[in-house]
Amino acid sequence: MISNQAPDGPAGTVSTSGGAAVVPRSSQFVARVRGMNIGLLREVALLPVLVLLLVVGAIVSPAFLTVSNLAGIGQQISALGVVVVGESLILMIGGMDLSLESTFGLAPMVAAWLILPVSAYGSGAQISPYLGLLVLLAVGAAVGLVNGVLIVKGRLNGFIVTLGMTIVLAGLQNGIVKAQTLFNLPKAFGYLGAAYFGQVPVSFVVAAIIFALVGLFLRYHRTGRAIYAVGGNPAAARAAGIKVERIKIGVYVAGSMLAALGGLMEAGRVSAVTGQQGYGEGIIFSVFAAAVIGGVSLRGGRGNMIGAASGVILLGFVQDILDLANVSNYWIEAIDGAVILFALFLARIVGGESTAEEK
Amino acid sequence: MTSPGPALVDMTGVNKRFGSTLALRGVDLSISAGQCLGLVGRNGAGKSTVVSILSGLESPDSGTVRLAGELAPRVGDVNRWRKWIATVFQHSMVVPELSVAENVFLGGTDRFVSWREMRARTREVMRDWGYDIRADALCRDLTVEQLQIVEIARALARGARCVLLDEPTAALEREAVRRLFGRVRQLTSSGVAVLYISHHLEEVFEICDDVSVLRDGEMVLTAAAAHLRKEDLIAAMVGSAPVAASVASGTTARSDANAAAEPVLIVEHLSASSARGRLDGVSLQVGRGEVVGVTGLLGAGVVTLGRAIAGAEGHDGGQIRLHGQAIPAGRRAAAQRAGIGYIPEDRRTEGFVAHLGVAENATMAITDRLADRLGLLRPGRRAAAAAPVTAALSLVSSGPGQPVEELSGGNQQKVTVARTLAHNPGLIVAITPTRGVDVASKALLLDTLAGVARHDGAGVLLCSDELSDLVICDRVIVLVRGEIFTEFTEPPFDRDQLIVATEGLTSTGQGTAEEAAK
Repeated sequence: MISNQAPDGPAGTVSTSGGAAVVPRSSQFVARVRGMNIGLLREVALLPVLVLLLVVGAIVSPAFLTVSNLAGIGQQISALGVVVVGESLILMIGGMDLSLESTFGLAPMVAAWLILPVSAYGSGAQISPYLGLLVLLAVGAAVGLVNGVLIVKGRLNGFIVTLGMTIVLAGLQNGIVKAQTLFNLPKAFGYLGAAYFGQVPVSFVVAAIIFALVGLFLRYHRTGRAIYAVGGNPAAARAAGIKVERIKIGVYVAGSMLAALGGLMEAGRVSAVTGQQGYGEGIIFSVFAAAVIGGVSLRGGRGNMIGAASGVILLGFVQDILDLANVSNYWIEAIDGAVILFALFLARIVGGESTAEEK
Repeated sequence: MTSPGPALVDMTGVNKRFGSTLALRGVDLSISAGQCLGLVGRNGAGKSTVVSILSGLESPDSGTVRLAGELAPRVGDVNRWRKWIATVFQHSMVVPELSVAENVFLGGTDRFVSWREMRARTREVMRDWGYDIRADALCRDLTVEQLQIVEIARALARGARCVLLDEPTAALEREAVRRLFGRVRQLTSSGVAVLYISHHLEEVFEICDDVSVLRDGEMVLTAAAAHLRKEDLIAAMVGSAPVAASVASGTTARSDANAAAEPVLIVEHLSASSARGRLDGVSLQVGRGEVVGVTGLLGAGVVTLGRAIAGAEGHDGGQIRLHGQAIPAGRRAAAQRAGIGYIPEDRRTEGFVAHLGVAENATMAITDRLADRLGLLRPGRRAAAAAPVTAALSLVSSGPGQPVEELSGGNQQKVTVARTLAHNPGLIVAITPTRGVDVASKALLLDTLAGVARHDGAGVLLCSDELSDLVICDRVIVLVRGEIFTEFTEPPFDRDQLIVATEGLTSTGQGTAEEAAK
């Protein structure tokens, strides 16, 4: 139901972009049902691929379709998923942010460093873990603000600005702790990434809520709609009185805060903040891959949260199946990359013209 | 005719159709070596099509083009065309990051580049023609005038015997125009044929031996410039039927008493430098319920004035006040909040977001009013808000959710107008609001704008170079080179007088080549 993408069908199909809600008064019910079907079909375009992967996984290993394995996947992809939400928002306004992967590492590092005593390689400030969470979000917001102001107000190239920022932030991440790994995180700090509701990881629930809220926000909030307008045609948005610069900077800030939150989940999951987290692991490739497989356009203006979520789940399945299949470590990266390229191709076929790049 | 020798370029009976419009109808045109032929005509008369055909970019549907007696090469055979004819287009075709020599030999046929030879031959051309530009200078460092010289040198280096100059003075200062004339005379005296296309009649009289006039795709007049008067040219350009005047008498005729009483918009000494044309101290007022037209040639500042008032671009000096409230420069959102509606010049770039729906685009300026306390927009509410405006404009779509990119040009323009009308602006700035729409939509859009002024009391500033748009105006201001040249206050407006004024000439019967408003 969180339909935002424009339909690419022929003229005459009734109100697909508006999903269920934009309908002519006359045949409201019929149109509502039809509009929903078309909208839904487009958004769950990756569903057959996900089902196929479930089948493949079940064949590869009996352990795949178990609650504990699926819960594990859920926990693993949550952190990535939250970053993908942030990157998708930034892509939708026609921007790009490579530095989300560094924010993903730096924000929890700064927070943990301020929380932990000197003996654990912390700063010794020993602030409360709850204050630490605020610090984490503040670091995200600050990075996003700097990026946004440089790109939007300074009119610098977003690719280079965020590439430079990536390196700077990754350097800070190692610099403040002299390349040490921070363990012994307080419980409140690690809770989001480590805890379970029964068999369901808390991080998964939180990530799902974030996807849903952002999806609804994009679908129904005036600022969400403005994001589509700004990404689709910034000049037209400006002419319609939308504060284009403010929206863009705001989205950079929100995206970086989401990356910081994702970093918190990751730190909780592995019970540590390492110098490798984020930039060292190179997660930005997975972030972009998930967003683009999910139908978020790199040109801006198009994309939705159901697609982005499908992209994240798809990557999670692929990773897990490769692990269970005992693929040799020497080959796993090549196969991982190849599968992502294949998935991108498949998403292009299934998604139709709207996922095509310009000729 | 003064033309000596055989025709270097000869067009006979050329027809060209674009879709449903006949751009050229049986056009004959010939230029001889050493002749400078002026080609004039109003916007849309077919001048650009003639340029395209003579540059080898378009082929005629029927008729022939001969170069020095031989049939012209086929379209696309650029190198053979350029041996005969080279065109200096209105917009510079010079690559700014390359050197002068590279630009002069841009697209040359040699497989390998000999830098030494390229520079040497460039220097040779520059020296032969007395042009003072270094071969290894970077083109991005050159002035507009120098870039034009590079393009002329490019034509000469290839040995072209005919040069097409398309609106060559549009971006030039007065002094540079004088120097350009010197270069044109130099070209013709050494046997090069020149086709000089211009809006400025006084230039044509000064530089051309003969003048040809295009009107609605037909060549209506070709004569020696010395035997023509300015009035003859204008009569030929405009034709006999004063269409605008006859329509105008029906729709306008209202007292402008209330206009004087209550100004909605006051603009004082507005100055701006813009790629679209600069403004130099423009002051004007628009009253409540008044439709004020602004017109002028391309680059005269008409579009800049509209955009600056709407906050779509900044300005350097002066003040804009709406209902007494100062409007900050270049802040579209603030201008809109103050009550200035904006119908942009080009709907595709500023008019709508192509893949979003009709209702969403039409309500894009009023999301603040439609949203609830949490900022949420119900699509049903959006559709309901869009419905009355789109219905009033007879907008045809399959539903409020249909993406605007699927609509026809006329309906897309209606979406753009609906977006403006939806927020009930106190002042509407409409820039060429009927461009590229069909006749029926055009009448409806103009009626709608006039209606908003008459019935809702909004002020309308209609910036347009389409004289037929101005029928709904109570007054028309004519801009020439960024300044107010004159103002017509009595509708119906005389089409001929408007055209004369846009050319920067004062009223008819005063002899030729009168100086512009300086």
